[in-house]
Amino acid sequence: MPADNHSPLAGVAATPGVPKPDPIVKGSNITRQFGGLKAVDVDHLEIQRGVITALIGPNGAGKTTLFNLLTGFDVPDTGEWSFNGTSLQKVPAYKVARRGMVRTFQLTKVLSKLTVIENMRLGATGQRGEKFWSAPFRPLWSSQEDATTRRADELLARFKLDAKREDFAGSLSGGQRKLLEMARSLMVDPELIMLDEPMAGVNPALKQSLLGHVKSLRDEGRTVLFVEHDMDMVRDISDRVIVMAQGTIVAEGTPDQVMSDQAVIDAYLGSHHDTDITEMDESSLEAAAEHELDEEATHD
Amino acid sequence: MDFGTILSSALASALGPTAIVYALAAIGLNVHFGYTGLLNFGQAGFMAVGGFGLAVCVVTYDLPFLVGILIALLATVVLAIILGVPTLRLRADYLAIATIATAEILRLVFGAVETKDVFGGSNGLSGFGQAFNELNPYDRGIDIGIISYRRGDLWTLTVGWSLVILACLLVWLLMRSPWGRVLRSIREDEDAVRSLGKNVFAYKMQALVLGGVFGGLGGIVLALSQNNIKGSDFSTNVTFYAYTALLIGGAARVLGPVIGAMIFWFLMTGIGSFFSQATGGSDPLIPSDIMTDTQASLVRLILVGLGLMLLMIYRPQGIFGDRKELAIDAR
Repeated sequence: MPADNHSPLAGVAATPGVPKPDPIVKGSNITRQFGGLKAVDVDHLEIQRGVITALIGPNGAGKTTLFNLLTGFDVPDTGEWSFNGTSLQKVPAYKVARRGMVRTFQLTKVLSKLTVIENMRLGATGQRGEKFWSAPFRPLWSSQEDATTRRADELLARFKLDAKREDFAGSLSGGQRKLLEMARSLMVDPELIMLDEPMAGVNPALKQSLLGHVKSLRDEGRTVLFVEHDMDMVRDISDRVIVMAQGTIVAEGTPDQVMSDQAVIDAYLGSHHDTDITEMDESSLEAAAEHELDEEATHD
Repeated sequence: MDFGTILSSALASALGPTAIVYALAAIGLNVHFGYTGLLNFGQAGFMAVGGFGLAVCVVTYDLPFLVGILIALLATVVLAIILGVPTLRLRADYLAIATIATAEILRLVFGAVETKDVFGGSNGLSGFGQAFNELNPYDRGIDIGIISYRRGDLWTLTVGWSLVILACLLVWLLMRSPWGRVLRSIREDEDAVRSLGKNVFAYKMQALVLGGVFGGLGGIVLALSQNNIKGSDFSTNVTFYAYTALLIGGAARVLGPVIGAMIFWFLMTGIGSFFSQATGGSDPLIPSDIMTDTQASLVRLILVGLGLMLLMIYRPQGIFGDRKELAIDAR
């Protein structure tokens, strides 16, 4: 079990919002209202450093909204949250990223008309050539650009995208785009990487390699927080699972603890999750067909 | 029908001051729209502020010529910042609305009776080009058979085309740099750029200012070339002609706007000249019950519009564009 290998969370209770020994992200009283709908209403949240945390929950549970709030892409109505001990209140999204908290998007955002390598180069931070006054003078930034390119090439090789180096990012398949987005976010060298549904629309073969890449992020010392619907992935790689439903955190614990939690099963899978849908459909169809036959028989 | 005259007038226009003005305006739009994806529909406003900035300084306030140029360019920077601060955080269409409205407001203010003391009303301002003309190193005009320019025009052309070349050089240097990469990325997806730690707002502002300054330079060249400037020089179709030039040449290509502006004015003048000859005289080629000569002057607009439609259908990437690059949008 992954959780046993990563002792930092060994003694931590399986209750929502429980304090962690070494939290990288802390948040409390975070709420966000869209009209009459309270999309996010989180009492307390802590993400342990150096482990993989999964954020799961049914559609509309507020997972992506919480992502947006934590990364500065949206502003909560109330609450405070911090990264590495410093508050992120009123910090714009780009500064959140510079501090080492980088996200990807549910609908992959590659820069279509830029080549794969250009996408990668964009990710590097602190580039001298990105300043207006030094940009026209190549000697001022060319050495840094070379270093950036070397790092980008290493990452492309690691993510097996090196063959696509000069292709437009817009010509990549859905799975390759996910890989590119993940590789690009690593160019920022983030401490915490937040993946919004990394497996959505990815074929099973690529899924395995993506799983490996996510694990390798943890193994090189980064913290991973991801939103996912794919239960196999959640069970396979996460050390900690946080379950959201209707904007609140309903459960937290190891994958096994969470998946056997009755509240989670009801919230996430619905209370009829044990009924086999195909069986149910068949029997109801049969009943309907018989009914129709009877009707016809009486008409004759 | 004298095709020599048609060709020479078309060529003179394609290489003349008007083409320079529109090339500079379109280079600015290329920075805005082609590279950064900002919809600036008020380039005429930037041009007007550039042209009037110079004229007002020199004529109304008696300042030296070079100070006038400097203040004119500063004024376009200020205009870009005033427009950018409220709109660049919003969706692209808000900038389009704000810029087109601002350009119209500026045009009306510059041409208004109430501001006649400063901007010269409907007659505009003239007589600010003296210092510029005194710098003219040429003794006489140029005549190479098919085209000829007078002495004053030749000096305007020299300065104007030099400005175009410098502007292209600057755009080329900037767009191959990481700075240009950020702009092109913003055009593709703002949020992705933000998520990688770039201050998107600052980059959009820089692009708006740079393109606006190019537009302002265009306005200055316009003012100097006709030695007069008035509000009605900057109606909305100025902006849309500049966009047409940009699209003919190909957006997001360094030379696209320049070649586009030359082709646009070659066709506008050439077709105009053709139809005025075809309908003019005592025995016109096209009988007057089909088309009179007053109607003929409008036909060039119809034909250029038709040409633009055909271009968008059969070569949407423009002259220099890359069809493969454009096809990516279809995915």
